[in-house]
Amino acid sequence: MEKRRKERIDRGIMVRSDSIYALMSWRELAYLAAPRMLLIIGMLLLPLVPESWNWQGTVTLVCVYAMLAISFDFLAHYIGLVSLGGAFFVGVGGYLAGILNTTYGIPPLYTIPVAALGGGVICTLLLLPCLALRGVYFAIVTLMYPLLLVRLIEALDILGGTDGLLGIDGFSNPWVEQYLVIIMVLLFLFGIRRMVNMDIGLVFRGVKDNDQAVRASGINIFYYKGLAIFIASSLGCLAGACIIYIFMWAGISLFVLDYSILPIAATVIGGAGTLVGPVLGCLILIPISELLRDFGTLRIVFYSLILVGFIVFKSEGIMVWAQRKYHQIERWTKI
Amino acid sequence: MDILIYGTINSVVLALYALGFALVYGISRLPNFAHGALYVLSGFITWSLLNILGLPYLPAIILTMIITAVIGALIYQFVLIRIRGMEISEIIASYAIGLAIIESLRYFGFRGMTYTLPAFVEGSIDIGDIPVDYHRLIIVGIGLVVVLLLWLFTHYTKIGLALRGMAQDERAALMLGIDSDMMAIVAMAFGSMLAALAAILLLPLGNIVVESGYNVLILAIAVCIVGGLGSWVGSIFAAFLIGFAQILTAVYLGSHYQMVVALLAIIITLIVKPSGLFGQQKELEERV
Amino acid sequence: MNRQAILEVSGITKKFGGITALNNVSFSIHTGEILGIIGPNGSGKTTIVNCITGFIKMTSGKIYFKGKNITGKPAHKIADMGVTRTFQIMRPYYSLPAYKNVVIPLFSPRAKRTGGWRGGGKLGDRNTVGIDILEEIGFERDSFVPYKMASTLPTGYLKRLELARCLALKPEIIICDEVFSGLSMSEIASMVPLIERLQMDGITVIMIEHRLRELFRVANRIMVMNFGEKIAEGTADEVMADKTVKEAYFGSKEVEEVMDYA
Repeated sequence: MEKRRKERIDRGIMVRSDSIYALMSWRELAYLAAPRMLLIIGMLLLPLVPESWNWQGTVTLVCVYAMLAISFDFLAHYIGLVSLGGAFFVGVGGYLAGILNTTYGIPPLYTIPVAALGGGVICTLLLLPCLALRGVYFAIVTLMYPLLLVRLIEALDILGGTDGLLGIDGFSNPWVEQYLVIIMVLLFLFGIRRMVNMDIGLVFRGVKDNDQAVRASGINIFYYKGLAIFIASSLGCLAGACIIYIFMWAGISLFVLDYSILPIAATVIGGAGTLVGPVLGCLILIPISELLRDFGTLRIVFYSLILVGFIVFKSEGIMVWAQRKYHQIERWTKI
Repeated sequence: MDILIYGTINSVVLALYALGFALVYGISRLPNFAHGALYVLSGFITWSLLNILGLPYLPAIILTMIITAVIGALIYQFVLIRIRGMEISEIIASYAIGLAIIESLRYFGFRGMTYTLPAFVEGSIDIGDIPVDYHRLIIVGIGLVVVLLLWLFTHYTKIGLALRGMAQDERAALMLGIDSDMMAIVAMAFGSMLAALAAILLLPLGNIVVESGYNVLILAIAVCIVGGLGSWVGSIFAAFLIGFAQILTAVYLGSHYQMVVALLAIIITLIVKPSGLFGQQKELEERV
Repeated sequence: MNRQAILEVSGITKKFGGITALNNVSFSIHTGEILGIIGPNGSGKTTIVNCITGFIKMTSGKIYFKGKNITGKPAHKIADMGVTRTFQIMRPYYSLPAYKNVVIPLFSPRAKRTGGWRGGGKLGDRNTVGIDILEEIGFERDSFVPYKMASTLPTGYLKRLELARCLALKPEIIICDEVFSGLSMSEIASMVPLIERLQMDGITVIMIEHRLRELFRVANRIMVMNFGEKIAEGTADEVMADKTVKEAYFGSKEVEEVMDYA
């Protein structure tokens, strides 16, 4: 039998040294732009499917989860802070928006940004003492925060207790709702991608790779970690604020594990560290999970098992795989 | 007086919750977040063996412990072994496995108030003037015996010493011919078995509810974190600390606050001293 | 010659639990000097570095930099004042290309003020400055080496990268934690002039070393540690002649070699 090996050749126009592209023609421009346009147009077309599919609610959910997943991916793979507390951000943002809406009667469109920024500040302040923690310890702390808030709300019977906040407005019409969240997802996706490729992103990656060396370089890592937490938690709170207007209810189920574990599953499946991957993962996972809603908690079993499968057997995820296929030619050559 | 008695009982209960988790982490540095799920699962296994197969109590207990140990070993052998060393992946994967177990139990109808295990011995005795079930006394007794046995096991048997060797320095243990994967499987099996033991001992006190899986996990983590991850002495000590703190808050503030105490204990410990009360000095390891 | 002490360490003690890693160590170093710190393994050399640079909190003692008390300041503040260090266990940013490793320190406030090693108070394009620094420190500019991922670089380059990261800050003191260890003889031979050049540039250097032969060649002064205490200080010859040093540290074959050299 003749021996063969797989050879990988770069297809594209990427200059080896850096992620810099040297564009020489419209064709090359199209080569780069096509996948991005595909994503943008695909996302924008999502709400247009026939109403009989009963799809509208799912689109919004996909986008909300996509924001959470981007937030997780950004924190975990660009700063190195693995937060298992997506539900914490959702809960804080959701309750904040809910209080603003029910108590002060501020319409949804204004409360969403306020809740995002205010929630970001609250979450950052609460997580600030934990920033020095590393790896597992930070993960455990973030896992515990949402549980603590649930118990506190139950025990103190504040914020509506177990009943939650009632009488929250909904969006005025489904089109506004869907396009609002879709545009937000796209904005944040490309915004954060831009940011991590800029100056500040390089420092973030330095913090992830090796925080001690960054300290030794005279850079205050707590500032950068805090900033990253603020960005990520604002995004999470934004998602939380959107969620309460979709369900028109804010309660302790905002802290439910779905919001922590599903974004992680989506990130792992879609491709960790790509930012686009998590969105893709949500596009795949959430519709399936919604289809399984009739089977009750079985959907949690379903995505937990998918998550385990991907972590264990295919940890690179779809997006990394797809990028490799897109940018490289693979072929078998004789040795 | 009642605070003392119930505090002791609660502390032993917490220690039993945490032993399995502490053992697995202590030996193979594997945070087994499926611990709570294994606890609930073994409760249901015992129930099924008793009520569906109609086995007598003692064989059912022994069989349950064996089955749970095998499940734990299988989880390690087929899933966790591939992601050893990547702590975050370990947490997420084991947590997801636990989630899958708990939620599938819920889906297949194990919920509600109908599932109970019989107490070992019915009746109660008055200590001072507070009535205490015999069963609770048995729990305290067995709990203390288990702790003692574990200590003897790890200090005087060959396999126990190998496990401790691994806990101290995995690479050095490897060089001395200890198969670290084998030991981790053993640890996982033992940890699961301890979870099953805890379940069998403690579940007769109330109904078997699926949600308790999450609570057990949180309490186990609380005990281990406060005591210092990987420190067994610390875990026992922390179990008593949290146990009494819980009873005190339950008496003076209301039982709603029991979990709040545990959660706050975790967060405060991690913020103030991540290595816990009895953890080794790891200043540069866990903090920046 | 009565030069001013740039760094003064007085009576630092560090206890890890029950273990005393450093016991009442005092020393000072003058501007432009090269101080070598030697001692057996576990004698507290790296702990000194960690204490000076603020990476761990001391139990007691004071540290003055240019007469200012920097005791207990956070690590980034101390680095910002110009006291930089390399790591014994090399800590490059593995997932970044070599030159980006140097670009990251250029984002620090100090680099913005000083403009990098050769910068005259103004920071140019960071990528260019980074590659300039790498070139000066022995990376071939026109080769692929500065663009290679740090994870693929050999030890010799990684040690240089550690130094380059310090130089990006335009430091006043560089504390080198075993830059020679793990290098081949020829690599060390090319590293020694580098250290000498740092001195010519007016940078004060503290070197922690096990390679005595090379250290004695570059260092102006040697300090000997044992069990967390300073047992001797002086020129290479003085230290070699010291009886306690011989008892505590030497007596091995390596010493006879060094003695021959001295």
